[in-house]
Amino acid sequence: MLTIQTPEAVMFWVLAPVAVLASLGMLLVKKAVHSALLLAWVMITLAIFYIAQDALFLGIVQIVVYTGAVMMLFLFILMLVGVDASDSLTETIPGLRPIAITAAVGFGGLLVSLIGRATLGHGAVGLDTANGAGNVQALAKLLFSTYVWPFEVVSALLITAALGAMVLAHHQRTVARPTQREQAIARFRGESLGSAAGLPNPGVFARHNAVDVPALLPDGTAAPNSISATLKARGDMLDSAQFELGEVDNTVTEEK
Amino acid sequence: MNPYNYLYVAGLLFTIGAVGVVVRRNAIVVFMCVELMLNAANLTLVTFARINGTLDGQVVAFFTMVVAACEVVVGLAIIVTIYRSRRSASIDDASLLKR
Repeated sequence: MLTIQTPEAVMFWVLAPVAVLASLGMLLVKKAVHSALLLAWVMITLAIFYIAQDALFLGIVQIVVYTGAVMMLFLFILMLVGVDASDSLTETIPGLRPIAITAAVGFGGLLVSLIGRATLGHGAVGLDTANGAGNVQALAKLLFSTYVWPFEVVSALLITAALGAMVLAHHQRTVARPTQREQAIARFRGESLGSAAGLPNPGVFARHNAVDVPALLPDGTAAPNSISATLKARGDMLDSAQFELGEVDNTVTEEK
Repeated sequence: MNPYNYLYVAGLLFTIGAVGVVVRRNAIVVFMCVELMLNAANLTLVTFARINGTLDGQVVAFFTMVVAACEVVVGLAIIVTIYRSRRSASIDDASLLKR
């Protein structure tokens, strides 16, 4: 018969609300990177739960595979894809959000009441006897005897997935890459000559030359095409008016 | 406290993940919500392994992790391919067949 010690109960009551709050935050934060970090935290919490539940091997695998490999892959793709309009939280299908929340409350209530009413006919047994020779050894014995055929199938699945990712990510050029000369000719033969000499550089002369400050046009307005579109989409853009030179200081004389 | 409490947490996480799949628009966030649902299922498997006193649940959870890793690899490759041709990671934009 399984009895749960006080430290595990304390651990559970501290970490479980944090995990639920973090996963709720995943839905509510605007930026995808923040969602990824919150998900990583949920996964670490689950790893702690696994280790507390006598699943030492799975807890370590959870940290190595999920927070290590999978979340890094997610962050890598996020950096590759960048930010765009899909990060916004506006509803595109009218009425979707209330319907989704109502359905979720119903489904969650169903799950919780189901778990509350279900009974297995026996109490919790615990893994002390099953883990007698050590968790990894017992798992290995099961994996290479009863579950050896699924294990082989899963290895085939892994190889297929790796091949599939390579096929999907492979990219063959249908036209040759334009050379610098061809790009220059295309710029001059384009509709307007406005950007023929290249786009303006960011920064306000002598006051602030960082890439997040748009350049000032002669009439004092900011030049929108002087900063990267990604910075603009991320909202990491400073107002260049604060770096504008108010009046020219004439008191300084030229030194010979 | 009894081990059934872990099942409640798993149920809540699964529900939150399902809402995320429906509500969010960024394909990568939707994908992360699917991962959250898979993790919730894994927590259920590990908890039932402990309640029943056998390790079969843990073995199945191990297989789920492998399948989830495959799913992430292929899914992210699909997202990158769509992004390359459509310049957008929004799931609402990939509805060209409808129009």
